[in-house]
Amino acid sequence: MKERDQQISIHHGNGGVHMKALITELFMHFFENDFLLDQSDSAILPVIGKNIAFTTDSFVVDPLFFPGGNIGTLAICGTLNDLAVSGARPLYLSAGFIIEEGFKIKNLERIVRSMAKEAKQAGVKIVTGDTKVVNSGKCDKLFINTSGVGVIDAKHISISSGIRVKPGDKILLNGPPGEHGLAIMRARKIFNFKSNLKSDCVSLFPLIRDILKASDRISFLRDATRGGVATVVNEIAQKCKVGVEIDETCIPVNTDVRVMCEILGFDPLYIANEGKVVVVVDPADAITVINTMRKVKTGRNAAIIGEISSNHKGKVVFKTRSGGKRILDELMGDQLPRIC
Amino acid sequence: MNTGNLPFIDEFRNEKVVNRIASQIKEISNKKVNLMEVCGGHTMTIHKNGLSGFLPENITLLSGPGCPVCVSSTRFIDHAIAIGRLPNVILTTYGDLIRVPGSSSSLEKEQRKGVEIRIVYSVLEALEIAKASKKKKVVFLGIGFETTAPASAAAILQAVKQNVLNFYLLSAHKLMPPALETLVKEDNQIDGFIAPGHVSAITGCDIYRRLTDIYGKAVVISGFEPVDILQTILMLVKQIESKQFKVENEYTRVVRPEGNPMAQTLMKRVFTPDNAEWRGLGWVPESGLSISEEFAAFDATRNFTVSVLARELPKGCICGEILTGKKKPSECKLFAVVCTPINPEGACMVSPEGACSIFYKYRE
Repeated sequence: MKERDQQISIHHGNGGVHMKALITELFMHFFENDFLLDQSDSAILPVIGKNIAFTTDSFVVDPLFFPGGNIGTLAICGTLNDLAVSGARPLYLSAGFIIEEGFKIKNLERIVRSMAKEAKQAGVKIVTGDTKVVNSGKCDKLFINTSGVGVIDAKHISISSGIRVKPGDKILLNGPPGEHGLAIMRARKIFNFKSNLKSDCVSLFPLIRDILKASDRISFLRDATRGGVATVVNEIAQKCKVGVEIDETCIPVNTDVRVMCEILGFDPLYIANEGKVVVVVDPADAITVINTMRKVKTGRNAAIIGEISSNHKGKVVFKTRSGGKRILDELMGDQLPRIC
Repeated sequence: MNTGNLPFIDEFRNEKVVNRIASQIKEISNKKVNLMEVCGGHTMTIHKNGLSGFLPENITLLSGPGCPVCVSSTRFIDHAIAIGRLPNVILTTYGDLIRVPGSSSSLEKEQRKGVEIRIVYSVLEALEIAKASKKKKVVFLGIGFETTAPASAAAILQAVKQNVLNFYLLSAHKLMPPALETLVKEDNQIDGFIAPGHVSAITGCDIYRRLTDIYGKAVVISGFEPVDILQTILMLVKQIESKQFKVENEYTRVVRPEGNPMAQTLMKRVFTPDNAEWRGLGWVPESGLSISEEFAAFDATRNFTVSVLARELPKGCICGEILTGKKKPSECKLFAVVCTPINPEGACMVSPEGACSIFYKYRE
């Protein structure tokens, strides 16, 4: 847009000509679709199915741009993934922007472009939105909220509740944990690590669609975001009243993540991800699901990392590389703030 | 996909080697023995890897006073807070310390009230802050043993060299040998020490001689991987079973017999041994490091006049007995009830290297 080198001013949020220009030349230009072109107060959507999944998430990551993505890709993928792990097919998104006065319009454009690209790739439409500008110092550069709706097949409704999880089920992970959290740390330049480590920020819908097609025996899905894989497996143990056993030697590893974790004393299992999903599946279908995951890029390094047990209900037992066993607890304090 | 293997680390976590050493320990160990892992890093390795499960029942592991944050006295925290409340002061500290309870507040609470506290990963970062904030007095809270003291000494020498006159050190640096000797003098049934690897990398192996020669304790300097710890326990058990007490070094890939002479010289140049207060041990003669007369201009104790009235530990807190290996965290009435990593009552629950925090995290 014309004002590319300029900054967001308080006028861009006052409902007047500046705001109109911003909306038409930036948001509508890149997010283009029929619903948005209507410019109504609400997007009027057709009936999409009997069961609808609806979710919302806000994004405040610092810094806004990081290796492997930016706040925009995160805002789209995060919400798509919340729908996908519920067993839903994402269809429509909303996008709300809270922008600090002085924010560079060219940076906003970069972010909006990434959002449009992610949405297009996933086949979803951003059908409604909102823009607010706040005075300098009243928010940190840019916050984004996205909500999403998707349609969910009746046979997948129980997936997010985990009621079908039972002892003997296998626990699968689609790739090495810890990349997003450490990529953010690298972007913050807290330590000068030389590394090509990137955030794993990605839409998991294609992978999840494929495995749900390949198996009717998937009993639970959850994306391992804040709190990492350790938090998800603890949630399974507590929510489903089962024991969980994880084997360290089976967990896929990114060497850069491992090296940084060894030096800093972090555990990759507690570090945030933006493209990792924990899958629980009946043992009869575990290999089919793993093979299906490995066919797509986001699941190339998928592995069976553990299983559900009838022992030690509510707890996660972790078998270490050296053969010892210990409890893998929930996250306590520490870790990085504002990672998503 | 990269392999994820880490040479020089994975070998020391090898399951086969771990099992082999564990069975050797079981074979030769007859006596009931209490071994103290001095260092918080060792406590962490033991629990993170479930190593107790590899040991026969006659071997008991006790956590020692080697967590720098844990042994910092309430008086030191109160002293730091009092200095931080003065105008134009920036406190700089390693992160763990800010949550340690003083007698009525913590650095974290003071930070919320407006005291300027910055977390640094190295004392040299604190020096950079001083250079960038000429109008402020920048005080670094120096905690830790022979491992961190040389870095603090180096920072003071850099401050002299670069003429950074607004940089100060509040030293609570401590020396390991006098503390260990105090422990064995109290005769609390410790048979041997898993001696601190990183302290020894600086000091060399001779500092533990009195423990073996005078007090008849087994001492083996240990690394921080599962194979290191089990190998060390095997060596300790051999000493105890044969009653041949000597200082042995398992951590040969890092610790040289003479230590690090350059670091030792730095410490001697800047610090002088002094009496020091330890949480758990009380005042121990010649167990602390004060800044010597020559560098008095950089000494926060000398340059900031504040009054500090330290009170006792919170009621019911047995950090003292835990740090001296007399009790286990699970024997504390506060443990996991009112004292948790989110709401710590005692220092041992604050630091990730504190015994209570480790027991809590990996509790059965």
